[in-house]
Amino acid sequence: MTPLLSVQGVTKRYGAHIGCADVSFDLYPGEVMGIVGESGSGKSTLLNCLAGHQPPDGGQVVFDTRADGPRDTVRMSEPERRMLGRTDWAFVHQHARDGLRMGVSAGGNVGERLMAVGARYYGDIRHKATDWLARVEIDESRIDDRPTTFSGGMQQRLQIARNLVTGPRLVFMDEPTGGLDVSVQARLLDLLRGLVRDMGLSAIIVTHDLAVVRLLADRLMVMKSGHVVESGLTDQVLDDPQHAYSQLLVSSVLQV
Amino acid sequence: MTDYNFAYLDEQTKRMIRRAILKGLAIPGYQVPFASREMPMPYGWGTGGVQVSAAVLTPEDTFKVIDQGADDTTNAVSIRSFFERTAQVATTTATAEATVIQTRHRIPEAALTEGQILVYQVPIPEPLRFLEPRESETRKMHELEEYGLMHVKLYEDIARHGHIATSYAYPVKVEARYVMDPSPIPKFDNPKLGHMAAIQLFGAGREQRIYALPPYTQVVSLDFEDHPFEASKADHPCGMCGANDSYLDEVIIDDAGGRMFVCSDTDHCEARQAQGHRGKDAA
Ligand SMILES: Nc1ncnc2c1ncn2[C@@H]1O[C@H](COP(=O)(O)OP(=O)(O)OP(=O)(O)O)[C@@H](O)[C@H]1O
Ligand SMILES: [Mg+2]
Repeated sequence: MTPLLSVQGVTKRYGAHIGCADVSFDLYPGEVMGIVGESGSGKSTLLNCLAGHQPPDGGQVVFDTRADGPRDTVRMSEPERRMLGRTDWAFVHQHARDGLRMGVSAGGNVGERLMAVGARYYGDIRHKATDWLARVEIDESRIDDRPTTFSGGMQQRLQIARNLVTGPRLVFMDEPTGGLDVSVQARLLDLLRGLVRDMGLSAIIVTHDLAVVRLLADRLMVMKSGHVVESGLTDQVLDDPQHAYSQLLVSSVLQV
Repeated sequence: MTDYNFAYLDEQTKRMIRRAILKGLAIPGYQVPFASREMPMPYGWGTGGVQVSAAVLTPEDTFKVIDQGADDTTNAVSIRSFFERTAQVATTTATAEATVIQTRHRIPEAALTEGQILVYQVPIPEPLRFLEPRESETRKMHELEEYGLMHVKLYEDIARHGHIATSYAYPVKVEARYVMDPSPIPKFDNPKLGHMAAIQLFGAGREQRIYALPPYTQVVSLDFEDHPFEASKADHPCGMCGANDSYLDEVIIDDAGGRMFVCSDTDHCEARQAQGHRGKDAA
């Protein structure tokens, strides 16, 4: 089987400082990869390089495109990359306000990606927006309200709806449950898990919360100082960590 | 006033503006940056339009200025007298006699012809500004033809009002390429933008942008298939000249709240009355 995403030797430096170094892995269709590590370990840097938000200094990020098969997204033209960004890829930001248009209604937020790829039938867009609000458990009556009137959890769910409406195949998430209350986190995780399963999504989830990866990720990469120090099946890594740093990470969580 | 160069601006500046105009004509709908000059009038008075007019006027031209369709508002009178003094050009209120027409908020009712230039005063040239304030991002959107956001604005209109309520500065797509703000003309005027015989130039002074439509350019108003664009106007004939097909202003005529609808294009209305057309409110 062709990997959906094949990452080879991705490196990003900030001056002399290493953001992430020589990261390689394959992600197969329907798989969820978790990336964990302490603050500053390079998780967001890596994710942004993979999602085309910043250019890596070296390496390849090969995505299996619908039209032309595997293509290195680092080297494709910017318009092509941005097109992927609003069709086959989705990006869920930690802070909903970075991923939403706060001055636009919930329906408009969900509809934007549809209109960006050419939807020109208002009734259709409206219908899909209504449908997606329901799928992320936002009451239909809120469709014309702005996200500024939503709670943090609702904003995050709206961001997810806005991203998934075009049926992407790969979702990048950077701390999707960060900054939310524990009970709100649990509900969001539950929802994400359902969506990933129902839509057969592939995903890369950055988090420092091991409970999140335990619930969502099939596989896990542990990062430290920009390097991947251990990777494997999630349960394996969490239950029997090999690298000293992973052991520390897992045990520190168990103590909490 | 004789210390000034013809049409106030120095030749160097006019050349710079003409280059921007030519570039704008070569890439219809594309916003060309230019180094806007201080003009002896406030920005709100259309300094962008004034600079464009100054750059295209020649001593042989006949100049007309309209503001919301009228030649006699303070704004129109000031700009007209500015060029009478600085360029000694002939001026007129008759659309057909003018070779350069500077306008705010309207396109004349009479069809313009080849050889005429229509200069628009533009307050905000960027149609994507409302939803995306970052200029780096809007520039990228134009470059890559990523115009989904423009429809988000129309979507919001329909969601809130049940129909596309935008009635001024209604966004258009030019030659199937650039999305353009036609300046705050009523959407009733939008159909005249396309395939016009005259040259159309747009000047934004504060924002330092010039854009253009060469003659006979394709201009399409954005819409949805199930909410098509409509060039609406008040559903009345003109009270003065009886015209059924012109854009109307609603005017209060007495203290008792009496009102009438009258052509916003005063030259058009007067010309029709001179031909003997009469509306129901005409004396
Ligand atoms: N724009 C930048 N310029 C310079 N250094 C940066 C920049 N962004 C990140 N870094 C550095 O690169 C390293 C990795 O940062 P990154 O944000 O990827 O970490 P992270 O694992 O996402 O951390 P957190 O869990 O706090 O979000 C850090 O040392 C950080 O200080
Ligand atoms: Mg981070």
